[in-house]
This record gives sequence, C-alpha cells and structure tokens, in this order.
Amino acid sequence: MTLIQESATRLVDQLRAGDVSAEAVTRAFCDRIEAVDDKVKAFLHYDRDAALDQARAIDKKRQSGASVGRLAGLPIAVKDILCAKGMPTTCASKMLETFVPPYDAHVIGRLREEDAVFLGRVNMDEFAMGSSTENSAVASTRNPWNTDCVPGGSSGGSAAAVAACEAPISLGTDTGGSIRQPASYCGIVGLKPTYGRVSRYGLIAFASSLDQIGPMARTVDDAALLLECIAGHDRHDATSANEPVPEYTKEITAPIKGLKVGIVPDHFGEGLDPEVESAVRASLDVLKDQGAELVEIDLPHKKYGIAAYYLVATAEASSNLARYDGVHYGFRAENFDGLIDMYCKTRGQGFGDEVKRRIMLGTFALSAGYRDAYYIKALQVRRLIKNDFDAAFATVDVICAPTAPTPAFKIGEKTDDPLSMYLSDIYTVSTNLAGICGLNVPCGFSKAGLPIGLQIQSPPFGETVAMRVGRAYQQATDWHTKTPSL
Amino acid sequence: MSKPYKILIGLEVHAQLQTNTKLFSGMPTTFGMRPNSQTSPLCIGMPGTLPVMNKRAFELAMKAGLAFDCTLSRFTKWDRKQYYYPDLPKGYQISQYDLPFAEGGAVDITIEEGTKRVRLIRVHLEEDAGKNTHSDKKGGDSLVDLNRAGVPLIEIVSEPDMETPEEAKAYLETVRTLLRDLEVSDCEMQEGSLRCDANVNLHITKPDGTIAKTPIVEIKNMNSIRAVERALYYEADRQYELWQQDGKVMGEAPKQTRGWDDARGVTIPQREKEEASDYRYFPEPDLVPIVIDDAWIERIKAEMGETSGDRIERYKSEYGLSDYNADVLVTKGRAVSDYFEELLAQKVEPKAAANWTINDVLSHAVGRVKTIDDLNPAPKELAELIGMVKGKKLNLNDAREKVLPAMVESGKSAPEISKELGLEVVLDTGAIDAVCDEVINDPKMAKSVDDFKGGKEKAFGALMGQVMRRSQGKFPPDMVTKTLREKLTS
Repeated sequence: MTLIQESATRLVDQLRAGDVSAEAVTRAFCDRIEAVDDKVKAFLHYDRDAALDQARAIDKKRQSGASVGRLAGLPIAVKDILCAKGMPTTCASKMLETFVPPYDAHVIGRLREEDAVFLGRVNMDEFAMGSSTENSAVASTRNPWNTDCVPGGSSGGSAAAVAACEAPISLGTDTGGSIRQPASYCGIVGLKPTYGRVSRYGLIAFASSLDQIGPMARTVDDAALLLECIAGHDRHDATSANEPVPEYTKEITAPIKGLKVGIVPDHFGEGLDPEVESAVRASLDVLKDQGAELVEIDLPHKKYGIAAYYLVATAEASSNLARYDGVHYGFRAENFDGLIDMYCKTRGQGFGDEVKRRIMLGTFALSAGYRDAYYIKALQVRRLIKNDFDAAFATVDVICAPTAPTPAFKIGEKTDDPLSMYLSDIYTVSTNLAGICGLNVPCGFSKAGLPIGLQIQSPPFGETVAMRVGRAYQQATDWHTKTPSL
Repeated sequence: MSKPYKILIGLEVHAQLQTNTKLFSGMPTTFGMRPNSQTSPLCIGMPGTLPVMNKRAFELAMKAGLAFDCTLSRFTKWDRKQYYYPDLPKGYQISQYDLPFAEGGAVDITIEEGTKRVRLIRVHLEEDAGKNTHSDKKGGDSLVDLNRAGVPLIEIVSEPDMETPEEAKAYLETVRTLLRDLEVSDCEMQEGSLRCDANVNLHITKPDGTIAKTPIVEIKNMNSIRAVERALYYEADRQYELWQQDGKVMGEAPKQTRGWDDARGVTIPQREKEEASDYRYFPEPDLVPIVIDDAWIERIKAEMGETSGDRIERYKSEYGLSDYNADVLVTKGRAVSDYFEELLAQKVEPKAAANWTINDVLSHAVGRVKTIDDLNPAPKELAELIGMVKGKKLNLNDAREKVLPAMVESGKSAPEISKELGLEVVLDTGAIDAVCDEVINDPKMAKSVDDFKGGKEKAFGALMGQVMRRSQGKFPPDMVTKTLREKLTS
C-alpha cells in the first residue's frame, strides 16, 4: 500500500514510530495533487513549498525531542470557508477573492497545535450554498469516481480530495448536509457533529444556527481522530458547548451488539433511487448480523424538513451576508454613483446566482408582513422536528437512513432546477434543524460505479455511538478500501 | 400665556455604559482615540468572527433597570436589527427586540408642582454603531471610524408622560444623575455617551371642545439638555402653526424624523438611513439567551447600595428637608449629596447644611461636579464659616456675600478672611447700647422716634438702619433689634 492510500490513523502511527518522515508523507500527497488535481479540481489554493516547509519543521521538532501534537506531520485539506491567518480564505466567491484573514479559526488553531500540515484550501459551493460544488465562482470540482459527475456539496472539494487520495483527511462544514452528502457521493466518511460540539469561531457563516464543522476521512477511525482534536468548548463561540470531549478513538471500538437502530419506513419511499435503497437495506442487515436490533420508528414532521430548512437557512444567510457591502474589505465594484449604487453593484457583481437567490429568499422570509407566515412558522416546525428526534432517541440509539436519495448526478444536470437540487438534501437537513449528530459511511456502489452512503444519526453529543455503528460497519465491509482510478 | 394645546413628549435616551471593553469584543471603549485604532476583526465585521457578551456590561444594565424600578426579565435574548449603512459593518446591529432585559419602571422627576412620575416602557441593551464623516465637497470621500462600533448602550424608552420641555429637562437630569451615581454611565452629552431622541406631538383643544392630535414627530441630533428643551419648544410651535394651516392629524401624515439644528434653532426634515424602515428583526443565532435568577439580582442590588430615590426619601424623613432641597441635593449628583453629608458630619444642622450647599456652594462650582473635591470650600472649612454665623461672630449676609467668595477665591479660612475684611461682628453690648442711644437722641432722627412711638411700626426700619450704618454693619442685627426696641418702648 502506498503512503497516499494509508489511513490517517496508520500514517500518524508510522510518523510517531519514525518509520516515515512528515516531509515524505507530505511530498507523497503533493505529488498526488500535482498528478490528479487537474482532473479533480479539488484545490483552490495549494502551495507545495509551504506544505513541505511545515512538514520539515515538524520533523525537526520531533527529532529535537520536543513533544509534538497528536496529528504531527499529517497532511490535511481545509475547506475554503475556515479562516486561516495569512492564507487566502475566499469561500469560493468573487466577493472574498482577495481576502486574507488576520486570524485563525478555532479549528485551524487546534490543528496548528496538533502539528498538522496544511496542504491547501479546497473548493466548495460559494458561501457553502449548494449541493454540487457547481456554485463555486472558481471551478466545478469533479467526482473522482466519474469526472463527469459532481462530488456533491457544498464540501465537494473536501470530499473529492480525500476520495482521490490527495489528502488523508479534510475539514468540511455542514449546514444542511454539506459534509454528509458529498461524503456519500464520493464514497468517504463524513461526520456532522452535534451543534456546539466544534467551535464555529472563524467559520465564515452561512446559517449560524445550523453550521457545524466536521471531519471527512476514509475511515471512521480517522474521523474520530480528527474530531478528538477539534471538538470542545471555545470561549470565542458563545454557542459552543461546555461538554467534555470523549476519547472517541478508544470509545468507538466497543461492539454494537444490543444497540437499537431506528428505521423510518417512509425513508424508503417515493423519490429514493432503487440502487440506493437496496444498498442501504443491505447495510442494515450487516448491522443486524453484528447484533444490533432494528426498530421501526416514525418521525412525523420530517416531510416539512426541506421547507423549514430553506426558510431558516436563507433567513440567517440574508443577514450573515449583509456584511459584504464593499465598504470595509473584500470586493468593491469599480464604477458606481453614490452609496446605494456602490452597494448594489458590489453585491450584484460579487455574488453568484445561488447566493443571490438565497439572500432574496431569506430577506423575503424576514420581511414585515411575511415574517410570521414564513420565518416564525419555520421555527415552530423546527421545534416539532427536534421533538420528533427526542422522542425517537428515547427508544433507539441511532437512526439509519440513506444519506442522499440518489448517487452523484451529472455536472450541469440540475443547475437550472434549484428545487430538485434542494431535494438532494432531503435526508440530511433535519439533522441540522434538530442540532443532532449525523454520520455518512460508504455502503456500496451503483451499477455505474458511483458510491452510495448510509447515514447514521445519533442524539446530541452522541458522536461516539454513531461512530461505533459506523466503525462496526466498516469492520465488516470493504467499501471504504476501494479507491477510484484517475 | 396659556396655549390651546397640550404637548406630549416621550424620550428615547441612549446611555453608553461605563465599561472598559466593548459589548461583544475585548476592544477598549476609550473616547477620542485615533480613528479605527480601537477595532478588532469583530468590530470591522470580518467574516467568521463571533460576538461574546461582556458580562460586566450586562450587569451595569441590570443596575440601571433596578434603579428605574423596572421588572427584570427572567429570560432575555439578543436580536439582529438589519439595515445597510457604512458605519454598521455587519449590516445589522445586535439589539433586543421583543424580549428586552427590563420592562416597565418609572423615573420620578421634581417639577414646580412637586413630584411627577414618568413611566418607562422598557430598557434594552444594544451595541453602538461607528461614525461617518462626510466631506463637504460634492463627490468627496466619506470616512468611517469604527472605534465606537460595538460600544455598549442602554436605550431607555419612556411613555409620552412629559407635558412641557421643562419636564423633559428634569427627566433627563434625573436619569443622568441616577446613571452617574451608579457609575453605569458618565452621561456626557458632548461626547455622545448620553444621547436623546424625542417623540413629540400636540393635543389641541378645538373651539368645539374636541381634541385634535397632531402627527408624531421624532427629533434627533440634540446634543445637550438645553438643546432638547429648545428643540421641544420650537417643535411645539411649529406643529401648532402647521396644524392651523393644514389641519392634519395623526394618521393623515406619516411619522416624520426631524433633526435639530442648534445654530439656527430649528428642526429640519432628515434624510432617512433607508427608504423604508423594515429592520427584519430576528433572534441573534450567534449568542445564547440570558437567564436572570434571584441570586444574580440580589448580588447586583448589593453592589448598588442606596439608590437616589431612596436617598431623597431619607433626606426628607430623617432630616426634615423640603421636597425641593432633598431633590436638588440628590439629583445634582453623588458629589453634592456627599458634600451635604460631610457637612452633617461636621455637626452642621441639616437645614442649614442643605441651604448652604444648594444656594452657595453650588453657585460657586465651576464646570461639572464629578467628585466632592470639585466643590469649594472643603466641607470642614464651610462648617467653620457656618459656625461663625451661628455663634454670631459674623452676620449671615457678610458670610454669604463676602467671606465665602473670598474663601473660594483664595483658599483661606473663614476667620482669616473675616479678619482681613474687618467683618467680625462686635459683641460688645455696651457699644450697642451707646450707638442705640446716640441714634435715639439724634435730632435728625427725632421724627422717626416720634412716629414709632405713635404706632408707626415702619419707622423702626429707619432707626435700625442708622444703628447698623454707624456700626459699619458689625453688630448682630438681632441684638440691635432687641436693644433698640427695649429702649424705644421703655
């Protein structure tokens, strides 16, 4: 097995043992990026020299006998939405084309402390708005399993980079499925932690009450390793939870015998691709074989999830994106006549269509006369959805479902049909609305050779149990060991 | 001249809280620094930054709420108020919309007729915006200073309970004293740490007895309490004249915002920040709601000590002071009431201490009285002067008109000054007797003596005046009165 195919956990072990240097590991991934990224287009910003400099510094630190971090020498790709001091942070938008933050996001600071090596910044839908990475102002990232297909989104670059072995792990963000859906499309593991589990400080906000940063990797063990390093309370984020961080890497190895897995019969109904259905049903049998008990449950309000989500998320987005006005930083239109014209031209030229669409939707939903019927109603629905999950988790440990209704679709297939694009989030959005935890693990391939994902949802701060189930599944299957030929 | 209308005034007061750092970031709040030197990425609204509440600011706000006798909400939250303006870098202001931290309450003000209660609607917390400076030249640059962006403010919204500009003035003075006493805000209108907008309209009694209510006008840009008073007078006249011309009442014209032009003494229509003011409020998702429990309230109350309302009551009940004196001593600020209490500690009788403090010491004070040291002379020195008057070593007029100003001027003690000025009262009864006899026997005064003896009480004044003149004002007037009367009636 070559270095780029190794899991992050194995690489960290080899680095610690001195079997391989950080420089060698980093060079292997840089070579891979240079070999395949013209096809995949995962990276927006990649700096071989900077990465190798970091790696050499870490090697030196380790050789000097100084204590090093838990990820010492492990390369990582970072979604271009997480602020990193001195690195371009563009959100794949013209609006932030030239923006270089003067500060680190909490998670970036954590990764620096753990001595990870930053390979570069990976592509996404502009401001994380989209499900295909086609809304990037820079380029469309390709699905490594079929470069005519989308990698999913919005963390499409993070998913594609890991699937294409350009990075062993990556960070993504998930507002309505943006980690899990691309993980599903690209055949990797993606975890959306509980709201508040990981500090959002330095995450450029799309929808503040839904956004969460999470790990993307090829194995559940790797995801656990990364989560262990980034989770925890941060005084810079008032919504970050003051909950102890378990030793995920150890605790997830417990067997799943006796765990109750909730199944919602309606999840396997209309709109679900038959190949996805059979792969997900087969994965449930695998869990049953390991001693898990399948329990049928109901989530009565789940059908309102998409509607509520696209009101709450767009309302918050319309507010969060108001700051991009050309006054203080970022893009400013060149020719304008007065203040209002500067605002209009800056925002008109700086934002892409989908971002503008969502700002308009959200502005409408909060406007006088509509606020009660849309935004307030959506908040009420959100509460009912949360109640559904609370009731369900009173009887089951996790809930299993498809992550996405279909495998990856073709580039350009849905760009003119936003509604059908929104429906690719149908299984994922309620996780964010309820603030709970959601994990994708690869569970098969379509006949066309595209990956299919299983979603495992768990209660708030139930990352351990979701990953226990995911890990047990990966122990029994080999989907995650397959890599695309590029 | 009584006007055929009643003015209804409601005030929105913004007071900047006296914190070292901003409401949601650790940046300092120091006034008058180089533009944009007091800013962090959060103050500039950079992407990815998150607000974290300054607990101290919240506690100062709680103090204000308690001092105004508001009901503190057990559950309160933050909301975003959204509009576009270059001094608002996030495109929204973090404020409180439907669940302010304090509701109800009242401010008791002292007016000629006694005490009047002005009810409050609510008090809420919010962050300040930055400051724009526009070039006078057409097409010139506008500059944005964000040092003030994020500074904590409380907004105190009153009911339209004030009926005259004087009441508005008294209200502002009372609010200012309360906030200064508690060290919640330094309330400097010039520096913008106290700002006031007024909502004003008229209830005009028509000849047929029915009432016409003029449309409400909001007045902004008043930079002193005096300006508030002037603007309100102007605005009442303007609304009355306008109504006489167009007869428009509330509902027939939109609510207007006008700015006070202090130099010209007029209010002028203001250009609105945004065409329509739909602020699209929604709960701030980056902050968590705040739960206030009894223990927290008790802790804040303990920190507050005596409120100014309590103190006014104590001065009246304990020292028998009049409403007016008790109110002035307290509403002029903590330094003044401390001064008064220091005089009491020097054994000065309460009513005398109050009169001297209010009528004499305060009139000599220059500029804003912040501490007891800004008042002259020192309480101990004044107590000595008051003691001399009481001991009849100095007469009251001289003490007030001559000795006190000289003490303030020179810093010398009362005995020194009175000696220098030769104002010490002579207590030699023989000398008083002699001068009284001299005056009674003076042929020039014979008519006055006869008149007095004939029952014309008025004539006594002339005789009394002569004695005082001949003594060069050194005799205590009460003793002269007594001696002279005895001699004339015996």
